[in-house]
Amino acid sequence: VLNRRCVEAAVMTGLALNCSINKKSLFDRKHYFYADLPAGYQITQQRVPIAVNGSLSYSLCIDSKMSQMVTKTVRIKQIQLEQDSGKSLHDDTRSQTLVDLNRAGVGLMEVVMEPDMCCGEEAAAAVRELQLILQTLGSSQAVMAEGQLRVDANVSVHHPGEPYGVRTEVKNINSIRFLAKAIDYEIQRQIEELENGGTILNETRAFDSKLGCTVPMRDKEGKQDYRFMPEPNLPPLILYDAKSLPANMNHQQVINIDWIHERLPDLPSVKRKKLVEQYGILPEHSFTLLNEDGLAEFFESVLKQTQMKPKRVIGWILKDLLSYLKQHSLPVKDSPVSSFLLADLLNLLEKKEISSTAAKQVLAELWKGEGKTPLEIVKEQKLELLQDQKELEQICQAVIDGQENEVIMMVLG
Amino acid sequence: AALNDGLRSQVSAALKEGRVTPTELCQRCLALIKSTKFLNAYITVVEESALKQAEESEERYKRGQPLGILDGIPIAVKDNFNTAGIETTCASNMLKGYISPYNATVVQKLLDQGAVLLGKTNLDEFAMGSGSTDGVFGPVRNPWSYSKQYKEKSVPKSHSEDEESNWVITGGSSGGSAAAVSSFTCFAALGSDTGGSTRNPAAHCGVVGLKPTYGLISRHGLIPLVNSMDVPGILTRCVDDAAVLLGSLAGHDPKDSTTIQDDFKPFELPNLTDVSKLSIGIPKEYHAPGLSSEILALWSKAADLFKNAGAKVVEVSLPHTRYSIVCYHVLCTAEVASNMARFDGLEYGHRSGMKDSTESMYAATRREGFNDVVRGRILSGNYFLLKQNYEKYFVKAQKVRRLIANDFVKVFRSGVDILLTPTTLSDAAPYTEFIQEDNRTRSAQDDILTQAANMAGLPAINVPTALSERGLPVGLQFIGRSFQEKQLLTVAKWFEKQVQFPMIQLEEVKRHDSDVFQHQKSASFS
Repeated sequence: VLNRRCVEAAVMTGLALNCSINKKSLFDRKHYFYADLPAGYQITQQRVPIAVNGSLSYSLCIDSKMSQMVTKTVRIKQIQLEQDSGKSLHDDTRSQTLVDLNRAGVGLMEVVMEPDMCCGEEAAAAVRELQLILQTLGSSQAVMAEGQLRVDANVSVHHPGEPYGVRTEVKNINSIRFLAKAIDYEIQRQIEELENGGTILNETRAFDSKLGCTVPMRDKEGKQDYRFMPEPNLPPLILYDAKSLPANMNHQQVINIDWIHERLPDLPSVKRKKLVEQYGILPEHSFTLLNEDGLAEFFESVLKQTQMKPKRVIGWILKDLLSYLKQHSLPVKDSPVSSFLLADLLNLLEKKEISSTAAKQVLAELWKGEGKTPLEIVKEQKLELLQDQKELEQICQAVIDGQENEVIMMVLG
Repeated sequence: AALNDGLRSQVSAALKEGRVTPTELCQRCLALIKSTKFLNAYITVVEESALKQAEESEERYKRGQPLGILDGIPIAVKDNFNTAGIETTCASNMLKGYISPYNATVVQKLLDQGAVLLGKTNLDEFAMGSGSTDGVFGPVRNPWSYSKQYKEKSVPKSHSEDEESNWVITGGSSGGSAAAVSSFTCFAALGSDTGGSTRNPAAHCGVVGLKPTYGLISRHGLIPLVNSMDVPGILTRCVDDAAVLLGSLAGHDPKDSTTIQDDFKPFELPNLTDVSKLSIGIPKEYHAPGLSSEILALWSKAADLFKNAGAKVVEVSLPHTRYSIVCYHVLCTAEVASNMARFDGLEYGHRSGMKDSTESMYAATRREGFNDVVRGRILSGNYFLLKQNYEKYFVKAQKVRRLIANDFVKVFRSGVDILLTPTTLSDAAPYTEFIQEDNRTRSAQDDILTQAANMAGLPAINVPTALSERGLPVGLQFIGRSFQEKQLLTVAKWFEKQVQFPMIQLEEVKRHDSDVFQHQKSASFS
């Protein structure tokens, strides 16, 4: 029986990736024997998948300072629905394999990209953007470490102008960082192999994160004939749009693509654009804001509670707050400094009651999370800016008087 | 009430009025099962739970709140339907000892209406076969082998060896269910029909066998053979009873995506008197090679019966019939190969002791668990599904299937209401003769008249018609339009009334249940 929510998720993702949604898609059985595949076949969409021919735009920084970004696109070949297998845990010490069937049969969405990327960095950026999109849509939490997003990389090399080389498939990649590493390693390995006169085998390799390299996988041998056959228990999947929807159809029974389209939330690219337009921040700022879970919301929350201009607030968010969070490996939601406290602090700064140096000191204190307000800390550490002109003049005069020689030398140049 | 009474017309009333109790019915059936054990119709008998169900039913009748016509009625279920807490073997080593964790939807529906489940019936292993002879629990014997009618007609050879060697097969693969209904051990039984597996044994055992339209009754919990052709089959002693069962089983099941969404309304069959508006089609291609002259004559006589009663009887053509066997074999084995892939010994069922590697364990398990017939079909099916063969065989067969289905569409569109054909090529063969040829050959021969209906998804029913010269039952088949079971059964009921098929005269039944013979039909159609 087909899971409605899976179909909706696939349609949403397809729309978000500019795909054509196939109004009729089919299900097939892919046969092979493996301990984690209890039925002896996996239900997938080999003949006609649910969505095809889309694109994903992502941005890369040209330099390491995040000050120049360039937009790239990778074509999406298709999105297909399929079943997950179980999980095999190999216990080599006892020569046994433990099979966990809990996730067998759960719905998966496979997104197939065209080979439009040229290095680990591009792939990492593209996958990161995909992750954000999936999270925004609610299709998936897409956390790689949890196995919610699994990425296999297909890598090949060729001389410019020549056809694409033989590709290898790299599996067992558990994070975006490792994805970039694995790809770059494999590219290097292939180049070296070819330059030494060797050939590349069309094989599957596993990424070894400890050694930072790819190794051939033992289990897959040769070319498998999966004996594809139409899945007889699942009729063709028919999706409708506003035009094709029959008049007396039960709303519960059908999926209307247009209805889903209308309800798509703002995609990351749109959100970024809005942040830039609304607050006058730089594009690269918007990237960082969206890259950290909850940071954009935090930023907007602070803005609501302070008069300080967004262009000034952003610095505090991206430099000060974020670096603290990174140092302590904390997500935004666990920040000991709430948006309220930060706004409070920035208000003192905005009203010129403290200097920015003092503000940094207060922030450091706030970070300890002892429950004091910014004002309390300022008073405690006597960080108030003197507002009284006369008092200032007296202090300056005293300093000058005390340092007569230096002042004369300064005045003389 | 007698064991051969019609459910709606007699048994239900008798139960309501207290003239007989569910417990009595249950006990009589259980006793008869014991005394007909030599038929080998049952693999598992669940005496305790059946009696408990009967008691609960009795309580309901006492309170005046029976759940329906089926409340308290003893039934049997073919052993390829999952039954919670009860062993489900498919007559295979692969599933010996396997206790189902859930009820098939059709089983659940019957239980929900108070039916009393007596046990699981015997079949060909994994429902592959046309004789009910190839299961691991041994062959099923046709009750008619022990009938007065058959014994009278059989040439006596030597003394005591007669009965033992002369017994005839039930047909298959739902032989156990057919034998159970035929020998009065239950009022109705569930079978399955993929290529004729309900209608074939129904014909040989002299009972009504209904194959419903594909998509009408849920397959959830029916261990699949060919997903695109399997249907649960209904076996009863009269057409009315089949309608009752159909009413309680048909309808959309969210757990089976191949069931249609439309609402199903159970119906009572009208007593048709005027057939002048009916158009009966006689497909000439069903005059198949090997069709016995006896059955041919019976078929002809039946056609005349309709004609004389005023119906329009026309010869029609289903030109692609001769390709159906080959087409069926390709599609059937392909789906079988796929459906049998789940039997690897890991999660349930038989697991071989072989431990060298996963692959060797799989291979040994499957070799030990499956019989030759099953293994043969798996190997063929996998061959047809190979990438290099897929277009040539599987896709081609699908196209031919479409042509076969279209043959029927054309004929029905031309004004024909019902098709009348033989169900089997001959009456039941003696076991010793049947096993001279292998399963594949037999299936190819015996399925020819029945499997087109599976390919086209159409409803079809076997109605017992007359006794052959050997004293064995012969049935005729009616094929109807998709989802027009009401029309199909109405015509079948009219025919049943005309032919007055004789009741089986079984010594065992006579001994146990003299009531049975009170309503014996005297006239017979032959």
